[in-house]
Amino acid sequence: MRIELERRANPSLLFSVISPFLALALTVFAGGIMFALLGKDPVSALYSFFIEPLLDIWSLHEIAIKAAPLILIGAGLSVCYRSNNWNIGAEGQFIAGAIAGAIVPVVFHDWHSSLVLPLMLIFGMIGGALYAAIPAFLKAHMNTNEILTSLMLVYIAQLFLDWLVRGPWRSPDAYNFPVSRDFAPEAILPELVSSGRANLGFVFAVVAAVGLWIMMRYTLKGFEITVLGQSERAGRFAGFSSRRMIWFSMLLSGAFAGLAGISEVSGVIGKLQPVISPGYGFTAIIVAFLGRLNPLGIIAAGLFLALTYVGGEAVQLTLGVSDKVTRVFQGLLLFFVLSCDTLIQYKIRLVFSRFRQTTEGGAH
Amino acid sequence: MPAVGSSAGGPLLAVRSLTKLFGSFAACNGIDLEIQPGEIHALLGENGAGKSTLVKMLFGVLAPTSGEIVWKGDSVRIPSPGAARRLGIGMVFQHFSLFEALTVAENIALSLSPGISLSKVAEEASRLSHLYGLPLDPKAHVADLSVGERQRIEIVRALLQNPELIILDEPTSVLTPQEADRLFETLDKLKAEGRSVLYISHRLEEVQRICDRATVLRHGKVTGACDPRKETPASLARMMVGSDVASVSTAGTNTKGDVLLEARHLSVPARTPFAVALKNVCLKVRGGEVLAIAGVAGNGQGELFDALSGEYPAADASAVFIRNKPAGNLGITARRLMGAGFVPEERHGHAAVPSLPLSDNLVLARSQSDRRTFLGGGVLGIIKHAVVRLASRRISETMDVRKSGDDPAAGSLSGGNLQKYIVGRELDRQPAVLIVNQPTWGVDAGAASRIRQALVDLAKSGSAVLVISQDLDEIFEVATEIAVISEGRLSDVYPAHALTRETIGLLMGGMYGKTEGEEVAHAH
Amino acid sequence: MGIVEAILLTVVTAATPLVLASLGELVSERAGVLNLGVEGMMVMGAVLAFAATQATGSPYVGILAGIACGALFSLLFGFLTLTLVANQVATGLALTILGLGISGQIGEPYVGMSGIKLQPIAIPLLSDIPFIGAVLFKQDLIFYLSIALVFGVNWFLFRSRAGLKIRAIGDNHASAHALGIHVIRTRYLAVMFGGACAGLAGAQLSLVYTPQWVENMSAGRGWIALALVVFASWRPWRLLAGGYLFGAVSISQLHAQALGLGIPSQFLSALPYAATVIVLILISHNRRMTLINTPACLGKPFVPDR
Repeated sequence: MRIELERRANPSLLFSVISPFLALALTVFAGGIMFALLGKDPVSALYSFFIEPLLDIWSLHEIAIKAAPLILIGAGLSVCYRSNNWNIGAEGQFIAGAIAGAIVPVVFHDWHSSLVLPLMLIFGMIGGALYAAIPAFLKAHMNTNEILTSLMLVYIAQLFLDWLVRGPWRSPDAYNFPVSRDFAPEAILPELVSSGRANLGFVFAVVAAVGLWIMMRYTLKGFEITVLGQSERAGRFAGFSSRRMIWFSMLLSGAFAGLAGISEVSGVIGKLQPVISPGYGFTAIIVAFLGRLNPLGIIAAGLFLALTYVGGEAVQLTLGVSDKVTRVFQGLLLFFVLSCDTLIQYKIRLVFSRFRQTTEGGAH
Repeated sequence: MPAVGSSAGGPLLAVRSLTKLFGSFAACNGIDLEIQPGEIHALLGENGAGKSTLVKMLFGVLAPTSGEIVWKGDSVRIPSPGAARRLGIGMVFQHFSLFEALTVAENIALSLSPGISLSKVAEEASRLSHLYGLPLDPKAHVADLSVGERQRIEIVRALLQNPELIILDEPTSVLTPQEADRLFETLDKLKAEGRSVLYISHRLEEVQRICDRATVLRHGKVTGACDPRKETPASLARMMVGSDVASVSTAGTNTKGDVLLEARHLSVPARTPFAVALKNVCLKVRGGEVLAIAGVAGNGQGELFDALSGEYPAADASAVFIRNKPAGNLGITARRLMGAGFVPEERHGHAAVPSLPLSDNLVLARSQSDRRTFLGGGVLGIIKHAVVRLASRRISETMDVRKSGDDPAAGSLSGGNLQKYIVGRELDRQPAVLIVNQPTWGVDAGAASRIRQALVDLAKSGSAVLVISQDLDEIFEVATEIAVISEGRLSDVYPAHALTRETIGLLMGGMYGKTEGEEVAHAH
Repeated sequence: MGIVEAILLTVVTAATPLVLASLGELVSERAGVLNLGVEGMMVMGAVLAFAATQATGSPYVGILAGIACGALFSLLFGFLTLTLVANQVATGLALTILGLGISGQIGEPYVGMSGIKLQPIAIPLLSDIPFIGAVLFKQDLIFYLSIALVFGVNWFLFRSRAGLKIRAIGDNHASAHALGIHVIRTRYLAVMFGGACAGLAGAQLSLVYTPQWVENMSAGRGWIALALVVFASWRPWRLLAGGYLFGAVSISQLHAQALGLGIPSQFLSALPYAATVIVLILISHNRRMTLINTPACLGKPFVPDR
């Protein structure tokens, strides 16, 4: 039996809507098998992974907290990927944003003003954007592959943060723990509602995603992004510059990742420490694809992947399985998303060997 | 020499009701065809008539949906090109199936049966290439070779198999008239040895010249089988097209106006290792003129288009003038705002984005020239989709673009219809200058004649039109002036009636006459 | 053994996984397939090699397990990108994410366990040569394999018919298909070879480099291997040189830390990554060279007409 593809004349609208759901269903199914292999009852495991977190207020807040960076970074990355710029170093830009934003409450900790928080957020965005400017410059002007450079910069950012909190920024009152000073109250991102920890970061994420959606859907800039991503040559014919687009998309996604970074340390952690992200920058890549690179889809996808984090913690507690399950789920999900997306552009036919005689010529 | 002579004087190859379906579309529909030993058999038809699909089935690249292939009296199945070669069928592809990064010998070795060493291949290839007058250097890299040399590799590669039937797909479309003559001599040699040739073409003149019999295809069906020498070009064309194609009318006089487009000593270095440098190109196009630039593919046509359109601007502002204003260093948007319109050669991924709807492809070319109409919201640049769709409909109607649905993806249109849309997109804004690269490449006859008429009419309305084309028939149909490009140099511009195919052929080979002298004069 | 010999030995150990992983990727890219999942395949190879060694007590079984695991894991990538023509960049990322996840899951019980080191094999006579002998001829099997593979792949690509086909497919898959070369089948094999090499590289990490299992122990080497392929402009010999250059850089930071130069250890640890960026800049700056060397169909999807 073989699989043959036949290109559709027009992309299938039906499958572009249902392919993410198909992928989700397949992921849940594969997850059930995985739990069974680990010797757990798949139904109850899946229940506590995917359903239970939705049933109490505390978990819902946790989901909002974890969805915020995922949506914010994922939305920024969607602009990159749509324009064919493969920024996979959002994790590094997240850290750079956190560090740059933290300059205000850590270095100038004696300064108390209502300007502290806005300044931190702006610094965070600038920090993320500047860090993304390195691969952007190298791609636009030195023709260097952005995939590899942006990724290498993640490792460098992680090491730099590690050095900061163990060295110059280590808190004087932390008994040699590698953490920075606690942020002062005015440097903390306010909570949204009194029922839990969810903070303003979630609002940033949703506003940013909706804003990008409007840009992609209605404006010439959005059109430019789409065209340059589909065909650089057609973009050049239209008078668009792919070099400027490299800068635009990388700086934008860097700024979003930086904002996510400073929001995370300001709203959730309250200080700098060696590890500030459970891989948000990488998970956001999955979010971007699961959301089909559409900012509104990315909001939904971000919430779902946040659920996998919270659900992963839940099964860790209730079933005693490792938190690595979360990463496996996320990886599987991306695989299924990419597989199902084939259905949008192609019809898939299964060819059984009895037809082989007539079709062998073009076969593999 | 092949073991010529098949089963008792029967045909070498017979095809019976051969059909190929792509989904529900019949690319070939019940084709019957017979090829005798030692004949040159023409397969005639327009683009999209099913010629390529048919020969791909004969060469084992595509599997037939139904029907029978009979080789020397036996019904055969050809599951792969290897099987076709073993039977004795060789193929020279239209878009060469060569590997640029590999050497000539490696390219040839790839299509031979395993077990033959590379040095043997090189030896045998040199021997054959000399025998048939097709000189080749086995160690050369394909990337460095001209189109004509590349075709030689394909032919030698086919000959190494000692085939009894050689299929040539549109072999002269990339050759100068002189190179084509040399090819015909080779074909005559092959025929004299008793080999058969299946010669695919849409050029009636050469088919009449060299072919013994012809089979004509239209819309996937056989519409005629004849001796081409007993037909007239008009009767052959009718079999191909199904009706008389409107010939381009050049009636009425063109009133020559001011110079609207000018290149002054335009020189551009090669941008990539595979590109051609433009050397000191000078041309002038007045309002009312159609200047056609002839030339064999790969002599700098694409580079000239890039430099004139501003997709890759030159360093020097005075290298190009549009309506008497220097534009050499301006980008394509600025040149559009000066009144110029552009139609590049490649439809998919250059002139249009195949996955986007037609209306978006209208925005692609005109977002700035029609900014006031198409965009709102000031700096936000909000696209007024309703207005754009209306304009897109208008273009489709004017150019008679056949499509499914109101605003389908550009990639779903046939080549001819998409090209009509792309040309119509520019005509719709009445450009003072229009620059078109290969206006009817891969387009059916009906659409081609419509597009050519539109270009002629635009010039008559006072615009300057520059057409870059490899098709001499097209050039003689539309041009008022002709120049020839060769290796990035442009010949003098001649009035169209002052040139013949032969003189153009000489110019294509780089025989410039007084241009060289002028260059020397400039240098001093 | 002198200090220079000791240092060279560590360079060899650090370079071997880079050479192996990038050699596999080189073959895959020569066939036109860009597999960004090297990191994932490597870490999967590392964990399975460790697990199999623990189960059987034989690191040689571990090596086989690492190779098999890498090849099988790469099939997943092949299925998506070759059969379903999914985007190669995104699928490669997915492979890496999945590999890091699954390996963490599988490796959980092995964390902190002391491993079984693959023992060197001294080659008679040659290993007695002063200096060179200790560095080159008293090594483990994986090192010998890595050198043999560089020779082998170089011969295969440029002297054998199958290698010619691989280069042809990477240059122009449509033409290769028209000539009757099995594009998809060959690409599957090239991808699996890449996976097997990455798996073997992973096995080297958990059996030789640091004989134990640590989560994410490939630590970006898969990505550095990708950079090495570009650095080597798709040629096995340059790749060998590049691998040893990078091996030397990553070892120099360890020695610098040991010397206590007063440079913060994090900065030294960042050295290999920074070096990768700098090397990428140096080679890609010459656009012309890159254009000539890059396989023309690299990363492009192929769907045959039927």
